[in-house]
Amino acid sequence: MSVTRDRINTFFRYKDLLRELVVRDVKLKYRRSFLGYVWSILNPLLIMLVMTLVFSQMFQRGIENFPVYLLTGQALFDFMNNATHMSMYSVLDNGALIKKIYVPKYIFTLSKVTSSLIDLIFSMGALILVMLITRAPFSPYILLFPLVVIPLYIFVCGLGFFLSAANVFFRDIQYIYNAITVAWMYVTPMFYPIELLPDWLRKLVEYCNPMFYYIQFFRDLVLYRHFTTPRIFIGCWVMAFIMLSIGLGVFKKTQDNFILYI
Amino acid sequence: MSEEYIVDVDNLTIRFNMASEKVDNLKEYVIKLIKHELMFQEFLALKDVNLKVKRGEAWGLIGTNGSGKSTLLKACCGILKPYKGSVTTKGTIAPLIELGAGFDMNMTARENVFLNGTVLGHSRKFMEEHFDEIIEFAELQDFLDVPIKNFSSGMQARLGFAIATMVRPDILVVDEILSVGDYQFQQKCYERMGQMLSGGTTLLYVSHDINSVRQLCDHAIWIDKGNVRMSGLVEEVTTEYMHMNQ
Repeated sequence: MSVTRDRINTFFRYKDLLRELVVRDVKLKYRRSFLGYVWSILNPLLIMLVMTLVFSQMFQRGIENFPVYLLTGQALFDFMNNATHMSMYSVLDNGALIKKIYVPKYIFTLSKVTSSLIDLIFSMGALILVMLITRAPFSPYILLFPLVVIPLYIFVCGLGFFLSAANVFFRDIQYIYNAITVAWMYVTPMFYPIELLPDWLRKLVEYCNPMFYYIQFFRDLVLYRHFTTPRIFIGCWVMAFIMLSIGLGVFKKTQDNFILYI
Repeated sequence: MSEEYIVDVDNLTIRFNMASEKVDNLKEYVIKLIKHELMFQEFLALKDVNLKVKRGEAWGLIGTNGSGKSTLLKACCGILKPYKGSVTTKGTIAPLIELGAGFDMNMTARENVFLNGTVLGHSRKFMEEHFDEIIEFAELQDFLDVPIKNFSSGMQARLGFAIATMVRPDILVVDEILSVGDYQFQQKCYERMGQMLSGGTTLLYVSHDINSVRQLCDHAIWIDKGNVRMSGLVEEVTTEYMHMNQ
């Protein structure tokens, strides 16, 4: 019991550090750019515009509001992608600090995931803008989006812990993971309807691709204006906690050796 | 009995895996694993080191480069975990190991005070209360909103020292940092460390400058290739050490 209590105390002692790190990331990102926060909205909008031009003709039949369909998938996938890529370097980049001062190392990973989460929330502005332009109907279900974001955040933290620890020992994880995320993007129905996949692949994606659960849930709330199926809802949380326990387990087991490798 | 020691290092051994070639990627690791070439050479950075420090004492750690002084300090701070033996410390530790390790070069001095303070485990509120005091000690009133990267190394050291010594920690750990900064500021630092010592802070001090060790410390430990050569009162140990190196 006292170990758990110590851990919680340590976390609260360093919660202000977490805050400072997140604020730093967000500030530095926008400090020297002319358009500032507008980029967070403009960037997904531009990508969406190009993708809509290219793909909306191809998949016209299956999708009712292609821009919103695309943007809901893209926002969540980009969050996962950015957060995990940034947290992969979080321990290595702070190596100088970790070598000199005792700081709970997971704080650095957590701060990267959290600053990406703030980006995700900014980019929701783009989604709302597109919904207004395309005259998509709003429903109160959209207010339930924290139910998607919270398990997704937990899932991404787990993956981030795993990657940041693995990257300390094996630097080529970066290249391997780059390839994995590209493949992952293509098996996630972001810009195509899932019905287009062959049956075996579709089953695989529907059950084993964690991002499918989050994106499906999100689209159910925003685009289809109803609550999701129990399978998707429970799946979101199960995926989150499986990933978190893998990530935390690996991180905890290896963290005392980080200093020998950075 | 151990109750009275504020730092209790007991038969501490620190081991490093010194791979003959550093394997830091998966591809090489797998190849070496298959070819059974994955060998680790054991390297003991510290061997059975004992160090008992009572509250209020000032210990100087001396020895040649690579003898394990900094390793011992890192073990005391909890950065390195012991391979054998144990390290027990009581109270708060303020490490002054390479000043400004927690600075972000792109941020201003003001933002860095909060960043570095929270790295040391202080709360934001606490930093706000002591902000003026820090800036005054570091003499940086005119440069508050300048990014740190435009500071000279002496200015960075001043800010780092001011942040780290703002609290009165139970244990202050200093690893030769005062070589930067001008003479006047060095004197100011020694003065502040002297104040902290008389206020009951325990000091662990690493330096190659024997004179400053003599000036600040009352005890010394001499480490040579991971072994303790001698430990005791500062005069005896430093005299012996100087004698050996001549």
